[in-house]
Amino acid sequence: MIITIIIKSILAVLFLGGILNLAGLLTWVERKQSAVMQDRLGANRAWIEFKPRWLAPLNWILRPLNVLGIFHSLADAVKMFAKEDFIPEGADRFLYTLAPAISVVFALVAFAAIPFGDVLHLGGRAINLQVADINTGILFIFAMMSLGVYGVILAGFSSNNHYAYLGGMRAASQMLSYEITMGISIMGIVLSYGTLSLQEIVRHQGHIWGIFVQPFAFILFMVAALAETKRVPFDLPEGESEIIGYFVEYSGMKFGMFFLTDLVETVLVACLITTFFFGGWQAPYLLHDGFHFPWGALWRLNHFTVIGLGILSFMLKVAFFNWFFMAIRWTLPRFRYDQLMHLGWKILFPLSLLNVIVTSIIVVMRS
Amino acid sequence: MATKIIKRQELSFWDQTYLPAVFLGLRITSGHFFRNLFIHTLHIFGLFRNIRGSVTYQYPEEQRPLSKRARTRHRLTQREDGSPRCVACMMCETVCPARCIDIVAGEHPDPNIEKYPVSFDLDLGKCVYCGFCVEVCPEDAIRMDTKILDIAAYSREEMQLNIKELLNPRTTLLYKK
Repeated sequence: MIITIIIKSILAVLFLGGILNLAGLLTWVERKQSAVMQDRLGANRAWIEFKPRWLAPLNWILRPLNVLGIFHSLADAVKMFAKEDFIPEGADRFLYTLAPAISVVFALVAFAAIPFGDVLHLGGRAINLQVADINTGILFIFAMMSLGVYGVILAGFSSNNHYAYLGGMRAASQMLSYEITMGISIMGIVLSYGTLSLQEIVRHQGHIWGIFVQPFAFILFMVAALAETKRVPFDLPEGESEIIGYFVEYSGMKFGMFFLTDLVETVLVACLITTFFFGGWQAPYLLHDGFHFPWGALWRLNHFTVIGLGILSFMLKVAFFNWFFMAIRWTLPRFRYDQLMHLGWKILFPLSLLNVIVTSIIVVMRS
Repeated sequence: MATKIIKRQELSFWDQTYLPAVFLGLRITSGHFFRNLFIHTLHIFGLFRNIRGSVTYQYPEEQRPLSKRARTRHRLTQREDGSPRCVACMMCETVCPARCIDIVAGEHPDPNIEKYPVSFDLDLGKCVYCGFCVEVCPEDAIRMDTKILDIAAYSREEMQLNIKELLNPRTTLLYKK
């Protein structure tokens, strides 16, 4: 019993550490990728170098990191910690402090149900590389994402500011509208694989990836998930440069937590798309004892190597989707608010219903 | 005036979904991304350094190329023996619209060169960088081609240049890494 708790805690710490580090790196990726896409160089002046001669080897390791500009993420974090942490006059003190916490906590907790590897057999014990092996994993994830809406509403409501309030309402109604499409497009996947548990869905994708089974649902889910997490081109509630967003009264680490929520949810959406449509931790031709190539060749591998390859393939797919979302962010212009609502309710919702109907007809006809 | 009717372009079915437009946009930006990434990777291995991977000039290590006619900080030109070409004719002082030049003339022993400037003060705080003094000088004694763009000082007095500084302009940047 106690061993199980320890194992789950280690898994949770590893996964959480990985996700938070990835979210921190994503600030660097955003700067560098947008710069390279725009024929620029990005920020590369945050420089850490040691003066004494005997520390020169450390400088050699630090030099490529300096030139790439990775320490700007560190500088951003330090800046957010060092800023003044205030509560505006007239704001509801408890809710104002609670709102960013709610946003971050529910975005991070949703990662508990995502499998990032196969079952690891270590010391006679079968460890499922998933922090919480829930039978209804999909329901849990969507519930956590829906609860994240509360953070936004409370942020807009508790700052004593009309514009923030309107921004919060905008964000909340956008998130609600696109959650519907997200849920219904996943119903297509659930119908095809017959299970709500995420590890089972990934196992079923051993032969053929989810995107070939449900291509339409992939597009719908990707658009709806981008809108749910308020990523460009749907980031009007945040309103970077043209309209006042819901976190206008936040500064310092509270704002840092909202910013972190944005990036953590990007990683979450990338993980979800990988899990549902791209095979999760499955690698092509990789079975539990090695590579089984179609021309009959067999490359036997150690159990740990197979698990490691699975985790590596998961991470590569998540990294690819993060790159893809960044590319979309820096390519497409922003939706106007009424265009956003029109898209969510009048176009994506009927299309996802159509997808479910067609999928259920096909599933019934095949059985 | 008759009204001009502009017919809106009818979008095909696929165009109305905006997916082809999104795809084309992504292709352009991804093309830029991969091309620049490839060139940066080649730079790391030391190849093809002459092809730029970005349009950024990393100031202060490299400065952007200036044209030959760019008006930067002033300098006085010298003859072969090191004395200034200026004959203190006061034309630049007269034509300067900001009245920033102050010349005190002295007698030169050579009768072909009748005068020389004992002192030549130029107040960079007042100068408007119009280049009239360069255009009007009959001796080509003053030029604005030092390519010094980082003109900064901590006080107004430090912005005034005397003849020594103008004859020997500094070659380094003010900012040292």
